[in-house]
Amino acid sequence: MRSIFKTTVASLATAAVMGTAAFAASHATPLTGDLKITSDMSNPAPRAVMEGLVADFQEMNPDLNIELTIVDREAWKTQIRNVLGANAPDVVNWYAANRMGPYVEAGLFEDVSDMYDGGDLPGLDAVKGAMTLDGKQWGVPYTYYQWGMYYREDIFNELGLTEPTTFDEELANCQVIVDSGRACYAIGTKFLWTAGGWFDYLNMRTNGFDFHMELARGEVSWTDDRVRETFANWRKIIDMGGYVADHQSYSWQEALTFMTDGEATAYLMGNFVVAPLRDAGLDDTQIDFYQFPTIADVPQGEDAPTDTFHIPSGAENKDNARAFLSFVASADVQTAINSGDALGQLPVNADSSVDADEFLEQGFEMLSTNAQGGVAQFFDRDFPAEMASVGMEGLQEFMVFPDNLDDILERLEEARDRIYQ
Amino acid sequence: MFPTPIAKTSREWQIGYQTLLPIMLVIWLLPLIAVAMFSIKPDADFTNGNYWGLPSSFEFFSNYGKVFFESNMPRYLMNSLFITIPTVIGAVALSCMAGFALGVYRFKGNLLIFFMFIAGNFVPFQILMVPVRDLTINLNLYDTKLGLVLFHVAFQTGFCTLFMRNFIRALPFQLIEAARVEGIAEWRIFWYVVLPLMKPALAALAVLIFTFIWNDYFWAVVLTQGPGAQPVTAGITEFNSQYRAAYHLMSAGSIVAALPPVAMFFLMQKHFIAGLTLGAVK
Amino acid sequence: MSSVTTNASTANRGWYNRNEIAITPWLFLLPAMLFFAAYVIMPICQSFWISFHQWDGLGEKTWVGMANYERLLGLGDQRMDRKFETSFWNNLKWLVLYLLAIPMGLFIALFLNQTVRGIRLYKSLFFFPFVISQVVVGLVFSWLYLPREGLLNAVLAVFGAEPVNILGDPTMATYGIIAAGLWPQTAYCMILYLTGLNAVDPEQVEAARLDGAKGSKMLWYVILPQLKPATFIAFVVTIIGALRSFDLISVMTNGGPFGSTRVLSFYMFEESLSEFGFRMGYGAAIAVVLFFIMLGFIVYFLYSMWRDEKGAN
Repeated sequence: MRSIFKTTVASLATAAVMGTAAFAASHATPLTGDLKITSDMSNPAPRAVMEGLVADFQEMNPDLNIELTIVDREAWKTQIRNVLGANAPDVVNWYAANRMGPYVEAGLFEDVSDMYDGGDLPGLDAVKGAMTLDGKQWGVPYTYYQWGMYYREDIFNELGLTEPTTFDEELANCQVIVDSGRACYAIGTKFLWTAGGWFDYLNMRTNGFDFHMELARGEVSWTDDRVRETFANWRKIIDMGGYVADHQSYSWQEALTFMTDGEATAYLMGNFVVAPLRDAGLDDTQIDFYQFPTIADVPQGEDAPTDTFHIPSGAENKDNARAFLSFVASADVQTAINSGDALGQLPVNADSSVDADEFLEQGFEMLSTNAQGGVAQFFDRDFPAEMASVGMEGLQEFMVFPDNLDDILERLEEARDRIYQ
Repeated sequence: MFPTPIAKTSREWQIGYQTLLPIMLVIWLLPLIAVAMFSIKPDADFTNGNYWGLPSSFEFFSNYGKVFFESNMPRYLMNSLFITIPTVIGAVALSCMAGFALGVYRFKGNLLIFFMFIAGNFVPFQILMVPVRDLTINLNLYDTKLGLVLFHVAFQTGFCTLFMRNFIRALPFQLIEAARVEGIAEWRIFWYVVLPLMKPALAALAVLIFTFIWNDYFWAVVLTQGPGAQPVTAGITEFNSQYRAAYHLMSAGSIVAALPPVAMFFLMQKHFIAGLTLGAVK
Repeated sequence: MSSVTTNASTANRGWYNRNEIAITPWLFLLPAMLFFAAYVIMPICQSFWISFHQWDGLGEKTWVGMANYERLLGLGDQRMDRKFETSFWNNLKWLVLYLLAIPMGLFIALFLNQTVRGIRLYKSLFFFPFVISQVVVGLVFSWLYLPREGLLNAVLAVFGAEPVNILGDPTMATYGIIAAGLWPQTAYCMILYLTGLNAVDPEQVEAARLDGAKGSKMLWYVILPQLKPATFIAFVVTIIGALRSFDLISVMTNGGPFGSTRVLSFYMFEESLSEFGFRMGYGAAIAVVLFFIMLGFIVYFLYSMWRDEKGAN
């Protein structure tokens, strides 16, 4: 699969050089010198994409000396500070929106507004907002993806279930699934953030997108009754045995086994879950996707995190780095790297085409037509770092010991008091 | 001898003891046997839930082949080597000199400095973490092997000096006095008289420090990142970042990572134990 | 001219010769002291300094005085930081339970202190766990503890017991990690005692035997007193090991579930350098508290060594 993909990217990239006028014009002469890239795309599919990108960029610029370092995605979240501080590479991966905040404030990301203003990034106007802080742009997105319910279509058919659109239907389905001896949802909360996804959706559906964002900005108390209502809805699933047991011991990848073994029927996850599910031998008749059902009558908000490339302000080869960024964001490369057999996500460039993949098409459709409330980045990207860490720990605890809710909320409230000041 | 030597006990107990020994050993090493077993299992055994049974096929070559040829493991191993060996040399050299100074000479502050080295060695190293990381970054040594080596040398010097000083104290002081009467310069006394006598201590310390540094994880995480400079302890978990825990590869990787200190231990057992147990007898 | 130079150099040599004994130790100490000062002494002082600031590790430090400590220890009208509280109690658990390595090590040493064929190999193999890195030990034990597939549950099932999820249960997780830590630590204590037993005076043992002492009495009144140096070292290394516990926690639970396996050293790392951390000032304050806890032990160790020094002189 990987080799097929590589040739696809290669041919498309060649097409990009030949075809895309803006791209060809600004980079008519091949680049020389060095380009040091540090990437966090360490899972198998993204890794192949990153290596493919570098190989193609190398082919276009034979005299450029490219050095690619791929670091563990989890580890990168802590290492980026050190890397930006000293001996910075020329290009790094990171995340959009608030998550850029600390580095922008500390002056560690290069301001790339000139690329947006100067027409180096055609087709990126729609996503410019997610890259903007203080009125300037600090990087280039390369992919985003929808979140939602990925479920075992074959088991749904076997049990005679249909995709639910309301929370009541969701719970009714879940009851049937539980009665059949399965769990409704696979989840692994060892690294906490997966619980954040559940909270995002339950809260956005119970209280709406705007309320969720107010909570993220620290404007609402955690002990507010509306927050409690979200948890009450969550508790319904927990009490009926909806989640797999011992989820606090698994990473999200390890919990995939429940889904592939058919012990659990659905997984609330980002679209990156599709690749490993397919790798594990499930085909598209066995997996399908639906939008998280409605709870209250509020405009639907969705999680759709954006992943990005940035130039550290300490980089030594900024021109080469800029060229790489416009290469990555160009329409054809975007189409290629986000296709179903590559990243399997959504392209950020408006001129790109969404791959003919049922999950991508559904996700694109959902985000463009059915997310009237707004698009959130994700719990750990919307909430300030410290609040996110205290918060997700509390969410995990709630999922195991729902009776501790009062204590948990009190703790989160204490943290809110201190963190937002 | 205590307990009563087995030869002097009843026949039943002798047989009982002889059978108990291997059983105890197997129980004691069960976790290790499990890893060894994991490392030769095919991936399918784990998907099928055959965690603790016999391997369904013998995958020694394919698993270890993957570790050596399709992962960053060789790089991590080389990093470990290039971190550990210079540290051993540096720490032993520095502590030999310091131990000589503290063991042979009487001067004001001798005991104070000695105790400072010991105390520094006992300090919870988390208190050093942030400043040492900043220092390393400022020296432009973050994520380099040299950065780790410099810190390890400094920190291990505390323990090594304690060791060396006590060893030198136990040497016959008359040798040094005799040399002084001959009018030999002090540094020559160190080089030609004391150092040759310290060979066993040097060997013991070298093996010990090798093991300590090879197994370090904390500082590897704080001062390095990625396969460019990270040692093997930090690298093992790389197998984990695949979409599913790759037990067979991680086991094989763990065994490869554990081999050098284990080999060191078995080859230099006498020195190793001499080092560890210094002071355990009077 | 030339005579002056010669004079000067003889004078120099004379000065050096006269003071050789006084200067040499300092020259020999210099490199070690420089290294030690730069990487150990200075950083300790800096950590104290940082702990009075609010600092994200990137920008400027802001002086906050005792605020970090007030929040941490709950001075004034604040409540004690709950994460700190958990970490502190876990540290205590580590301290107390880790000491079990000493009797366990003694027991194995007594068991192995025989002269039968192949006993040397047995001793080496029993010592094996100590040589392996804690990362590997942590990985292996977490596999033994796996909630569904773990060996522990397989064994429990044989006895008809309910499966347990040790690392997922906040009341048990810390004990599970300590058990993993005890494995190599026991091996360490064992080797200390084996060496100690080797040096036990056989005449005293025989004399005691003639007096009718045996078994536990013999152990308590005759053997253990002679093993005192080994016990002291075992005590020192075990305490230090317990307070430094980091690798195992980081590999096995990453502090979870819901932070129930944190200890001070892990909490400190989390606040300072983890994904959502970078509160260097607060982290430094935790490290300082840990330092003071350790200081109690350090002073005790140094005092014992100082007493021995005095005795030796």
